Amino acid sequence: GPVVSAAPGRPAISKLLVSNRGEIACRVLTTAKRLGIPTVAVFSEADRHSKHVAMADEAYCIGPPAARESYLRSDRILQVAERSGATAVHPGYGFLSENSGFAAACEERGIAFVGPPASAILAMGDKSEAKALMAAASVPVVPGYHGEEQAEGRLQEEAGHVGYPLLVKAVMGGGGKGMKLARDPAHFLDALHSARREALAAFGDDRVLLERFIARPRHIEVQVFADSHGDAVYLFERDCSVQRRHQKVSPAGQQHVGPCLKRRLPVLPEAPAPGISGDFRRSIGESAVAAAKAVGYRNAGTVEFMVDVETGEYYFLEMNTRLQVEHPVSEAISGVDLVEWQLRVAAGEPLPLRQEQLAIKGHAFEARIYAENPENGFLPAGGRVLRWRVPPGAAFFQNAPLRVDSGVQEGDTVGVNYDPMIAKLVVHGPDRRAALASLHSALQQLQVSGLPTNVEFMKRITQNSEFQQGAVDTSFIAKHEAELLGAQPVGGGVLALAAVAFLRIAEARAQEGAPTAQLPGPWALSSSFRVNHQFSCPVAFSHPRSGAQHELVVAFERDGSRLVSTHTGGTAASEHKSGRSSGSSGSSHDGDQQGAGSGGSVGPLVVSGAELGADSLTAEVDGQRLQASWCLHSHGDEEVLDLWVGGSQHQFRRPVVRRWLRSGAAAQAAGSVLTPMPGRIVKVFVEQGAAVEEGAPLVVVEAMKMEHTVHAPCTGTVAELHSFVGAQVEDGHVLAVVAPAAAGTAGVPGEAAAATA
Amino acid sequence: IYLIARQCRGVAGLAPLDESTVLNSCGVEPFSEGFRRNQNQMDGLIAQLDADIAHVLQGGGPKAVQRHHQRGKLLPRERIKLLLDPGSPFLELSQLAGKGLYGHDDVPAGGIVTGIGAVHGRLTAIVANDATVKGGTYYPVTVKKHLRLQEVAQRCRLPCVYLVDSGGANLPRQADVFPDRDHFGRIFYNQARMSAEGIPQVAVVLGSCTAGGAYVPAMADESVIVRGNGTIFLGGPPLVKAATGEDVSAEELGGAELHCTTSGVTDHLAENEQHALSLARSILATLNLPPYPAAGAPWAGQQQQQWTAACGGGAAAADGLAGGSSGAWEEPRFSPEELRGMIPADPKQPFDVRAVLARLLDGSRFQEFKAQYGKTLVTGFGRLYGMPVSVVANNGVLFSEAALKGAHFVQLCSQRGVPLLFLQNISGFMVGRKYEAGGIAKDGAKMVMAVANAEVPKLTLIIGGSFGAGNYGMCGRAYSPDFLYMWPNARISVMGGEQAATVLHLVELEKRRREGKPWPEEDQEEFRRRIRERYDAEGEPAFASARLWDDGVIRPQDSRAVLGLSLAAALNRPLRPSRFGVFRM
Repeated sequence: GPVVSAAPGRPAISKLLVSNRGEIACRVLTTAKRLGIPTVAVFSEADRHSKHVAMADEAYCIGPPAARESYLRSDRILQVAERSGATAVHPGYGFLSENSGFAAACEERGIAFVGPPASAILAMGDKSEAKALMAAASVPVVPGYHGEEQAEGRLQEEAGHVGYPLLVKAVMGGGGKGMKLARDPAHFLDALHSARREALAAFGDDRVLLERFIARPRHIEVQVFADSHGDAVYLFERDCSVQRRHQKVSPAGQQHVGPCLKRRLPVLPEAPAPGISGDFRRSIGESAVAAAKAVGYRNAGTVEFMVDVETGEYYFLEMNTRLQVEHPVSEAISGVDLVEWQLRVAAGEPLPLRQEQLAIKGHAFEARIYAENPENGFLPAGGRVLRWRVPPGAAFFQNAPLRVDSGVQEGDTVGVNYDPMIAKLVVHGPDRRAALASLHSALQQLQVSGLPTNVEFMKRITQNSEFQQGAVDTSFIAKHEAELLGAQPVGGGVLALAAVAFLRIAEARAQEGAPTAQLPGPWALSSSFRVNHQFSCPVAFSHPRSGAQHELVVAFERDGSRLVSTHTGGTAASEHKSGRSSGSSGSSHDGDQQGAGSGGSVGPLVVSGAELGADSLTAEVDGQRLQASWCLHSHGDEEVLDLWVGGSQHQFRRPVVRRWLRSGAAAQAAGSVLTPMPGRIVKVFVEQGAAVEEGAPLVVVEAMKMEHTVHAPCTGTVAELHSFVGAQVEDGHVLAVVAPAAAGTAGVPGEAAAATA
Repeated sequence: IYLIARQCRGVAGLAPLDESTVLNSCGVEPFSEGFRRNQNQMDGLIAQLDADIAHVLQGGGPKAVQRHHQRGKLLPRERIKLLLDPGSPFLELSQLAGKGLYGHDDVPAGGIVTGIGAVHGRLTAIVANDATVKGGTYYPVTVKKHLRLQEVAQRCRLPCVYLVDSGGANLPRQADVFPDRDHFGRIFYNQARMSAEGIPQVAVVLGSCTAGGAYVPAMADESVIVRGNGTIFLGGPPLVKAATGEDVSAEELGGAELHCTTSGVTDHLAENEQHALSLARSILATLNLPPYPAAGAPWAGQQQQQWTAACGGGAAAADGLAGGSSGAWEEPRFSPEELRGMIPADPKQPFDVRAVLARLLDGSRFQEFKAQYGKTLVTGFGRLYGMPVSVVANNGVLFSEAALKGAHFVQLCSQRGVPLLFLQNISGFMVGRKYEAGGIAKDGAKMVMAVANAEVPKLTLIIGGSFGAGNYGMCGRAYSPDFLYMWPNARISVMGGEQAATVLHLVELEKRRREGKPWPEEDQEEFRRRIRERYDAEGEPAFASARLWDDGVIRPQDSRAVLGLSLAAALNRPLRPSRFGVFRM
């Protein structure tokens, strides 16, 4: 029958402190409010105006933006708990959520830590100890040999126990170095020798370990819940197989400074896992409960397993002793508010439901929207969110066909101090197909601008036929990279619309920006009227996603429509003569249109009835009515136009005319180096006037705990340096200007031929 | 509240909408055979105009344009586009100036582009030299066109921007360019006088500025010069070499760097043309002038919107100004496109000038004055894009009554401060013993007196003939209308070719009779033909426009747009009261 999630009554928590930020803080606060629990938020100086601060009943500043000075300062958070009289602390995920010391400190002060006991965090925190514990509790672990004894014979013998295929890995290994695959016993020694050689060369240590190799692994994790009365249940599994590696970029670029940190990032988790049987589900669920019980677990946790697609066997990987980012999909299919359960269990209540009362209802997906560059190795991005529109009908922080969990508001800066996640889109449908369809439609309606995101990438996953069939393995993204990340050319209709949009927006801005008089009658119409001829205007812009440059000409027709075509080059006469004396807008083709050029040629296409709103643009393009949303901002010396049309987001850029006055001739020189993202300058390698080689490091910008080295674009001298260590730079900031060595004269009067309005 | 009430009355039907002033089609039926014939004829003339304009838009020709672009320079109309607000109309004047004036010397547009556009929401007068045409040197017509634009700017109190790229006076024609009152020197006189009147003068030096031309930036209130291409000097390197033997480059002699850092002749240093034009825009943003003076007029702004709402929507915009937001006025109920079928293909056929008004005025509304009196002159009130306008339109030969009515009406409009629009289609005042005896000369004089002294904005559009004293009474060029335009079918001369041939033939015949010289019949016919042809050629609108007897030949279907833009510009000056002289009674 239907699951009743809420037990009656308010949990015995007189005040709850949420020691986190962003969407998870908002998520926890929402449930606490619904339960009638007074709430306390903490915030760093960077988060003063954040959503979670506004949502809580009380809020306290705990320090500067850097997490280690604020959200990781357990002492300050405990002070706030004391000062505000909070009796419980919810740590969210990340930050202090898996810090056993913090959990213990809370317990000491009599504050309920909404999470597992410190001992359980500790037990699961040590990966090899955890594996031993699991093996003892009959939870399957990946067969392997981690012993100290390294004799060849011993290793060969152990290999037989582990089973083939297996991996021989350097104990000190990382980044694939010193790791070899042995498909069968015949190849074992070859693999061992070669692994040892590499290990010795790379790490000066030839010790190895053995591990069963799983060719096509799926990543399935089980949501478990335990109370303080010895009961535990599982709330079914989540499939996190679509994942990508998240690599920390080391400052020096190519060289490895210490081991590279790798983290799997589930891209599109779903629940339940597709294509598994009821028996398997029960078996893996019970294993997960056994794992929790083995460490005396309490509250919400997740047990991760690796599933061998070929054999159907599963192995314990690790346990996450916190509420996970992807918990909403479990909430969707179980109907349980996991945070409510967390609070009840933390207050000492028993689990509201028993295992047999839990059932799966429907299917759910979670799409995490990140500020990042999927095309550029998922490099994290940051910046100001200038547009943030969720699909109409979305619910926030609670189960619904479309749920949005986000701590971001328009105008917020994302990815500079903290996690670059913008939102989680959670869809819940009667079955997988329906849920996937509504996820696709939700992604089409989502509007984010101001920073690069993975929305388009997500959309393509939802359209991938293999993913639609379900049960993909963890190599999915690598396998379909071209399809998921490849650039797609923009259609001529959209290009025509973009050209018209650039002009119409400029016209609208000129009108509202006019500081003085309101012009009368015909002058107030943005008609671009010309006497005895038709006005036409070249519009040049780029489509960075595909790298295409588009040079279009927009001709203003008598009836108010626009004729958009590819610039034919040659005669740059900007105002063409329309030979037609009648007012009809038939198609008068110029005849000598360019063939399919690199950017693809357009038209001529008639764009008529264009109506520009504050953020909308409707127009008939070549007879098709297009309804678009737009957002325009400037970034460096470019004007960036985002157009959402037909369920896709397109970004176009064109240079703006400005900035000559500020820094004279040099600012326009080719060697301007912009910051790749907003952040803090942590190192400056050069001085003004220094001679640099092309590719030489200039400045290191730190953002999101990642260091980005900015290199010289050409060989020359550092003409200008606008960087010093410790400076916080905004998006588009010119860090330095490198004057090319060979170029003699500064003032080149050229490049003016293609004037754009 | 009053406005809302007024609107409700219309919508709720408490009182019927007043449609009594709305004109009907006035006998022009777009689906009739006659209309099609008329339109074909007019389209032929428009095609000819289009061909002329196409030539003008090419400037000095593809080769010169290419050379120009290669030097990092823009064409005058490209420069103007960058100077104007995006979307702003550009009211270009006298595009046919110079056509056929100098034999083999082709000077498209007179080598200079002039007009009015909006910069930062303010109407601005612009003069742009076209260096692709004879190096941008000043032919006599170039001077005349430059001065005409300055005259418009001074009358309408429009800030002036000079986009300078000129080699100065055209030396071979110095006698027709240099010495007289309305020659080259007048340009700087005007700059000085306008500056004194508080009309801002801004110069942007985008090319050479030699000799007298150097005074354009020097006389400007504020000036910009572009690095590399912009040079200013009284005597160029050749002259300096000749005078003093000094060897000096143009850049050293008068480049941007020199004038911005050392001489102080210019104020702003631009890196390229786009930069220069954006600097000019920034300068115009700092003028601190009062807003558009008519903005507070009762017809402007919110009230107008209400009025339009109350009166119901109009026809879709179809007058070439379509685009942007819908305006706060009613469009005519008949498309201005139909103006192409107005003029009878057979010039002897009469037509009702109200048909033109029905396609020009807001909502086709026309409150006629003295409709039953002096019927060959149609007078009355209407609106153009919400701006009030009073119309004086010919509907046949002028008789005494019509002239009296015209004088009365012009005086009335001056009293009320309503701008005047003259639609000329006039073969002249009626002649004959009866009419002379009736004092048609003094009645015509009354109308001329009224028109000459009316201080309200005046616009003249010649939609047909403009002959004889009719031209005077109907505010011809000599009566300084703020703007004067012609349709492609228009004819202007002291009398028609046929009449001139007849008159001159009779005079010659009499002379020969006195001298006793015989005159063969075929020679007489040849004499008459030559006179006729000469008059016809000189009466052509292109002939008139080439000499700047008007501000341009326009397409009939653009008339509403052009007149609207012009009227708004003319309304930029504060209204002055009119004083009239002695009316001969």
